[in-house]
Order: sequence, then structure tokens, then C-alpha cells
Amino acid sequence: MSKLGNLGARLHRGEISYDFIGHRKIWYGISILITITAILGLAVRGLNMGIDFQGGAVFTTPATSVSVSQAEEYAKDASGHDAVVQKLGDNKLRIQIAGMDTQQSDKIKAELAQDFKVDKESIAADLVGPSWGDQIANKAWQGLAIFMILVVIYLAIAFEWRMAVAALVALIHDITITTGIYALVGFEVTPGTVIGLLTILGYSLYDTVVVFDSLKEQTKDITKQTKVTYSEVANRSINGTLVRSINTTVVALLPVAGLLFIGGGFLGAGTLNDISLSLFVGLAAGAYSSIFIATPLVADLKEREPQIKALRKRVLAKRAQAASEEELVEARTGGAGEAEDATPAVVGPRHQPAARGRGRGRPSGKRR
Amino acid sequence: MAAPKKGRSASAQSKPGRSLALILIAIVGLTGGMFASGHTTPRLGIDLAGGTSITLEAKADQGSAINKANMDTAVDIMNRRVNGLGVSEAEVQTQGSRNIIVNIPKGTNSEEARAQVGTTAKLYFRPVLATEPTGAAANPSPSASPSGSGSPSPSASATSGDKASSPSSGSSGSPSASSTPSASATSQGRAVTDALKADASPSASPSASSSAGAATSQAKLQAQYAALDCSKKSARTTAGDGAKPSDPTVGCGENKGVWYKYLLGPAAVDGTEVKKARAVYDTQNAAGWQVTMDFNGKGAKKFADITGKLAQNQSPQNEFGIVLDGEVVSSPYVSQAITGGQAQISGSFSQEEAQSLANMLSYGALPLSFEEQSVTTVTAALGGEQLHAGLLAGAIGLALVIIYLVAYYRGLSLIAIASLLVSAALTYVIMSLLGPTIGFALNLPAVCGAIVAIGITADSFIVFFERIRDEIREGRSLRPAVERAWPRARRTILVSDFVSFLAAAVLFIVTVGKVQGFAFTLGLTTVLDVVVVFFFTKPLMTLAARRPFFANGHKWSGLDPKSLGAKPPLRRTRRPAGPVSGPVDPKEA
Repeated sequence: MSKLGNLGARLHRGEISYDFIGHRKIWYGISILITITAILGLAVRGLNMGIDFQGGAVFTTPATSVSVSQAEEYAKDASGHDAVVQKLGDNKLRIQIAGMDTQQSDKIKAELAQDFKVDKESIAADLVGPSWGDQIANKAWQGLAIFMILVVIYLAIAFEWRMAVAALVALIHDITITTGIYALVGFEVTPGTVIGLLTILGYSLYDTVVVFDSLKEQTKDITKQTKVTYSEVANRSINGTLVRSINTTVVALLPVAGLLFIGGGFLGAGTLNDISLSLFVGLAAGAYSSIFIATPLVADLKEREPQIKALRKRVLAKRAQAASEEELVEARTGGAGEAEDATPAVVGPRHQPAARGRGRGRPSGKRR
Repeated sequence: MAAPKKGRSASAQSKPGRSLALILIAIVGLTGGMFASGHTTPRLGIDLAGGTSITLEAKADQGSAINKANMDTAVDIMNRRVNGLGVSEAEVQTQGSRNIIVNIPKGTNSEEARAQVGTTAKLYFRPVLATEPTGAAANPSPSASPSGSGSPSPSASATSGDKASSPSSGSSGSPSASSTPSASATSQGRAVTDALKADASPSASPSASSSAGAATSQAKLQAQYAALDCSKKSARTTAGDGAKPSDPTVGCGENKGVWYKYLLGPAAVDGTEVKKARAVYDTQNAAGWQVTMDFNGKGAKKFADITGKLAQNQSPQNEFGIVLDGEVVSSPYVSQAITGGQAQISGSFSQEEAQSLANMLSYGALPLSFEEQSVTTVTAALGGEQLHAGLLAGAIGLALVIIYLVAYYRGLSLIAIASLLVSAALTYVIMSLLGPTIGFALNLPAVCGAIVAIGITADSFIVFFERIRDEIREGRSLRPAVERAWPRARRTILVSDFVSFLAAAVLFIVTVGKVQGFAFTLGLTTVLDVVVVFFFTKPLMTLAARRPFFANGHKWSGLDPKSLGAKPPLRRTRRPAGPVSGPVDPKEA
């Protein structure tokens, strides 16, 4: 663990740093790949909507001594779907199965009657409508749309529009991946899943904002110097908050992982799976996208701004000059403009002292 | 979540932390309140605790057909009635083509819920054409002068002059029509349910739909009025059945134990024109619980018109009857036009009755009438063993979090864990208290959401700690490091929590049902996060920074400048191991 503490120190000093920005194309590629897989999964397999969304069949058995878990098994065998079984006041059982039509429900009724060893006619079957109706869903979409608009406005004011865009892209990325995984795994979508997704939505933005906050702080006076480019500062900012990101992610993921793997896996609490899976995937994606997608995206957008472009030119020119002074032999390797992408990759070891010099040179009072 | 213990914080209760004392008092106070209220556990949703299941059957009714559209509307309205804030975890769904199932979690007032879902709540304001007491009740004095003078309130008040009653104190000051306590709230002509019988309401009874009403000729109506004996329950419940809003009709209403019959004109204002209704306790006139209504623009205009007209009439024709599901709930008289777009219904309401009536009026009338078919208890939709497995798994996860924090942050983890405990205690206590107050119920998604909230809460500490460590790496000693780290950490925490809160607020306002319940939980945990970090973690950190253990950077404090690498650029020579011996003095960076 002290190793990690050490890592924190070295990250802080810039001794080691991973070039997130320089390698962004790799990560963009990976994300696009995952997202496409997720979308394909959604398109091909679709979501397996639970009874709360699409309705289904409800069977009421006569008073019976069959236990709830036993009945769950019977119902699953008969229908192939997960069933919700509740014991009613008078020892009757209510069995709900998603997505049934009348024919299917007749067949299941017959099988259940056999399993329960009761007369077929004594089981009451009926179709039920969704408890999570269109109304709830529509309002939820409406709420989401309003929230997205407000949050973009807020981020555009508190930070700037580029960060708002990047945060939104990261958010959509996280949500798409999470829903895609749902389609691929084939878990039934319950209200719990939706709540899980909404939690992710909150978390993803939260995490992105924390990273952006540090980015904003570090790039405050960026145009007033000629030592580092925006991308480099952005990279340093990610590395600076890396320990926080790792710690937060671990702390947030551990309990959910407990629910998913220990609760759902070993202890057989199957119904916990649906919500903990969405939380687990979403939290992981949220932490990943803040670092690997959102911040590089901001850097990309920023580098198009004339001021930042000019800064980059100045910085590169200065470096080229320094380099040519030092080693006359190696004048310049390739046009400075073309080497843009390569430059940050080298940043770590070579230019870091300069960067540090900047931090040190600034009077501490500036930091507020 | 963790038990509501504030044990750890006691150690920190020393000098400067006024805010520390404040939050401790808050916790103690809330915990005390929780024990005093007797609700020491949060209410659990139907998926965790089971509850009551009510099956309602739609009845063929004049005017509206039992079709899918009407059933869906009914489900929607019932859902809002039982789950107005979205936090009570009630579920409403259709079953078959004409049934609706309502599941309400254990611990809810099921009587009230049954009354709420089953009552049609069709409300009309009808001018009173004639009225007289019926039955053999103790000699009421029908003269009943309009009592309580029309008060000099600026915007006209209609003081009630219900017959027979002792003069009610005139309403004053309120820009609305107030009436004497007259009839009971929950009553019904058509949408009668057995539930109401059990209700505190004195009037409820089942009905059979009758052929009464729909009489078109005036004479027939007069005959009906003459024949009506409101002291008979059967007559009461069928009176005016089937009458269209645009037709005159008859109705019954009770006041002080005496039943009156009414001949009522066509409906002047419709309950659908009520924009919002709420229950208020009338302290001015000691009229008890009342329901005040705000009309929408059209309703306000109509109401002003009808009251203006009525005000010119003689008693009793200056009264209007507030007719709810066929029963005249109250019949205030009007002394001048009421233009404020507001009206009040008073009656001998209990608080619950007033609130559920307000609720029903706010969310509108059901398009169909329903009859209760069965009421039965149901067990939790999630098996008990599954819940336990889940809790156990969650606990293991939490233990891992603590181990991780201790391993990484050493001494600092004490502060983090104490803060987490305080946060957990506050969440638990507040959720428990919200059960009885706003019907908050905790379902499985909410529990999982709370687990994720651990991450977000912990993140605030982590951001803060990392800032402190950065400052130490810059070569500061702990106390200035804490003070310098705080403003920056604070900004990060506020900015990011604001995003979460924005999500919660928007979703809470816009959405309904479970999404709204989720938004509530998210908002609550976000606010608590800020509260805990500001009033607990920061002061505790300040205090801890004074202790030599932390200030001198003990190896186990998690703030050891050496292992944090506060030493300047001796880069390549560093050994991977943490605790290295050597001079401590932090260098100016």
C-alpha cells in the first residue's frame, strides 16, 4: 500500500506519468469499439424487460404448503423466465411472470397445476399490466432531458462549453455501455436496473466534474506562459488526480462488487444481480470515461481554440530552439507542426522538470 | 447501514469544533426524535417487507366505458394518490381488463390508502336550490341565520351559514370561502368501497347503483327531492346517482349529526378545474382541518361568476353545495363574489381525511368507479434469505472499504471512517423519521443507491485528503496544509455535489413514481454529504492536525512527509519502500 502512497508522491512530482492525452486515440478506439458492441447488443438481442415494464401473467394458487422458493423454481421451469412469488395472507401464492400472452399463460397454468398437484381450474390466471407504466417512463425521459440541458448549461457556466460537451459525451458513453451489457448478459430489466442507471448518471457526471475541477485550476493562466501546452497540463492534471480517482473508484466499487460477486454469485441472491450489475459496470465505466475520454476530449477541443493553438506554437518553437541550441546536430526532427501528436508522448521524462519549474516559480500566493 | 452510533465522534468533542458540537447535537437530537417517535427503523418497501394488496374492480358506470385508456388513467391517478411524493413505494397495476391491483408496503395506513384509491373523487360546486333537514333527528333549527357576519376581509369571504348549526365564527382575513364544519369528508355516491366503512368517516357505506337521477323534468326532480329521506343510509348513497353534471340533482349532506337533503342546480365549477388542493389547519376560526383549493384560470372565473350570482340570492339559495361523489360535503353561503380563485372546504375533518381529500382533488377524479374486491397481505417480493445474503455481501464490501482506507490512509482513515459513520447515522435516522412523516419507504434499489452514496461521500474525504497530502508534499507542515487544502477541496466538493443535487432536484420535480423516490434518496444523500464534510470532517481534521501524532507526521498517521515523498527532487534514488529513515525537515518546494 505504501507503494501506492509512493506512487502518489511520484505522480505528484511528475516523475512518473502516463500519457493519457498522447495515447488518447487508442482509448477512443477502445471506447468506440465497446460502445459499438453495446449498441449491437442492444440492437440484436434487445433488452429483456421485466414484468414491471411490459406486464405479464399472474397466477394465484389455492392455499398450499409449497414454499416460496420452491414455487419460484416451478415457475421458472414452466416458463423459462424469472418469476416473482409472493405469499398471500391466506397461504395462497401469487406468481408473476413477465411477458406472457394468454396462450402461454394457459400452458404455464397447466404445468403449475401439475407441480403443485392441484386442479388446473383452482389456479387463477390473469394478465397484469405494467406497474411501471408509460406515464412513469415518459416523465422519467422528460426529467432526464431537462436535467441534461440544465447540467450542460451549468457546466458551461461553471467551467466552459467544451467541458460540458465532453462530460455529456462521457455520460452517454457510460450509459450506452451499461445498457449494452444488460442486453448482452440478458438480465431482466427491472425498476431496480433503471434506478441503478440513474445512479450511474449521477456518479458519472460527479466523477467527471471532480477531474475537470482540477483541470480548470491547473489551466487557469495557461496562456501566460510558454513552457507547456494545454494538452500537457491536462495530462498532468489527470495524473495529479489519479490517486484520488483510483481511491474513489475502489471505495465505490468494493461494496457493489460485494453485492454482485459475493451476494449474487456465492450466496445466490439472484435478484440483487440486476441492480448490482448495472451499478458495477456503470461505476467502472464512469471512472474510466472521466480520465480516458472526457479529459482528452476537452484537450482536443481546446487545442482548436486560436489562443491555445498559438500557445502550442510558441511552446514548440521555444523547445525547438532550446533543442537546437543544445544539440546542433539534431536540428529539428520533422516539422514542428506535424510532430504535435508525438510531442506529448515524450513529455514525461524530458520536459517535466520544466513543468515543475513552472509550479515552483509561481508564488504560492497565487494559489488562493 | 451502520447502526446509529455516534461513539467515535465523542473523542473529537473538545475545544474549537463548534460545528462539530453542532452536528453532534443534531445527531443526538434526531436520534432522540427517532426513539421518541417510536419508529426506529426505516420503513421498508413492498419488495423487502411485503404489505397489503388490494384488488379493485371497475364498475360499469354511466358515461365512461371500461376500456384500456380509462383503466390506464385510473392506474395513473391512483398511483399519484397513494404515492404522491414517489417515496412510499406503493405499486399500482392493471390486472385483466377490469381490475386494478394496488400494493402498499407494510406499515402504511392501509385504511387510508384503500379510501384513497377507491374513492372516485368527482367534485362539483352546485348552487343550492332548496334544502331542509330530514329524518327524526333532534329538532334542528332550520332557520339557522346566516351566522358569522361576512367578515371585512379584503377579498370577500363566504361565511358559512349552514342551517341548524350554531353560528360558526365568521371567517376573517382569509381570501377564500370558508364554511362551517358540515359534513364528513369521505363520502361517496357511486364509487363506494367497503374500505370507507372502516374509515373514521361516519358516512361511508356501500351503494348499489340505482335508477335514481337522470330525471329530466323539474317535477320529477321535485318529487324526488320531496321523497328523499337522507336519514336512511340507502337513500343517501343513491341520492343523485347518475346525474349528469349539467343537470340539477338532489343530494344529502350531514352537519353535526343531522342529515340534510339538498336540491342542487347544475354544476357551476368542476373538480377538474382545481389546480391544486392542500390540507391546512385553520387556526383563525378554530375550524379544524380544512382543504383549500386553487382553481385554474377557467375555474377561478367560473367560481367568481357563480359566487357573484349566488350572493344576490336569499338564503338558502345563496349557498353552494360542494358535492363530492354525490354527497354534499359542505354548503357555505356566499355574501359576495369570490374572485381570488381559491376556495375552502371545511368539515369535521381529521388531519388524514383532509390530507387525503386534498390529495384526491389535486390529482383529479378517477374516470371510472371502482369496487374493492379483495384485500390481502402479501409477503416480500424478494425472499428473506436473499435480502440477508445481500446485506451480508454489502457488509463484506464495506469491511473491504475500511480495510482499504486503513491500509492506504493509515491514521487518516480514522477520520474517514468516523465521517462515514456519522453520515450513515444521519442517513439512517433521517430515513427512519421520514417513514411516518412523508411515507418514505426504502426499497432494494434505494438500499443499493445508499451503498453507492458511500462512494460519493468517501470521495469528498479522499479529495480533501489528497489535497492535504499535496500541500505536505509541497513542504508545508500539517496545520497550514489543512487550511490551504480545504478551500480548494471545498470548491471541488461543492461543484461536483451540485451536479448530483441538480439531477436529484430536476428528477424529483418532473418525474413520478419510483424515479421520484430515487431522486429523493439521491438528493438526501448529497445534502448529507455536504453537511458531513463541512461540519464534521473538516473540523475533525483541524482538530487532528493539532495532535502531535498527525502534526509530526507519525509513520502511521498517513501524513508522514517522508513516505509522502515531501522530499525534493532526489528522484532516481528513492527506494520503493515507504518508511525510510532520514531527516524530516520538509524542504521548501
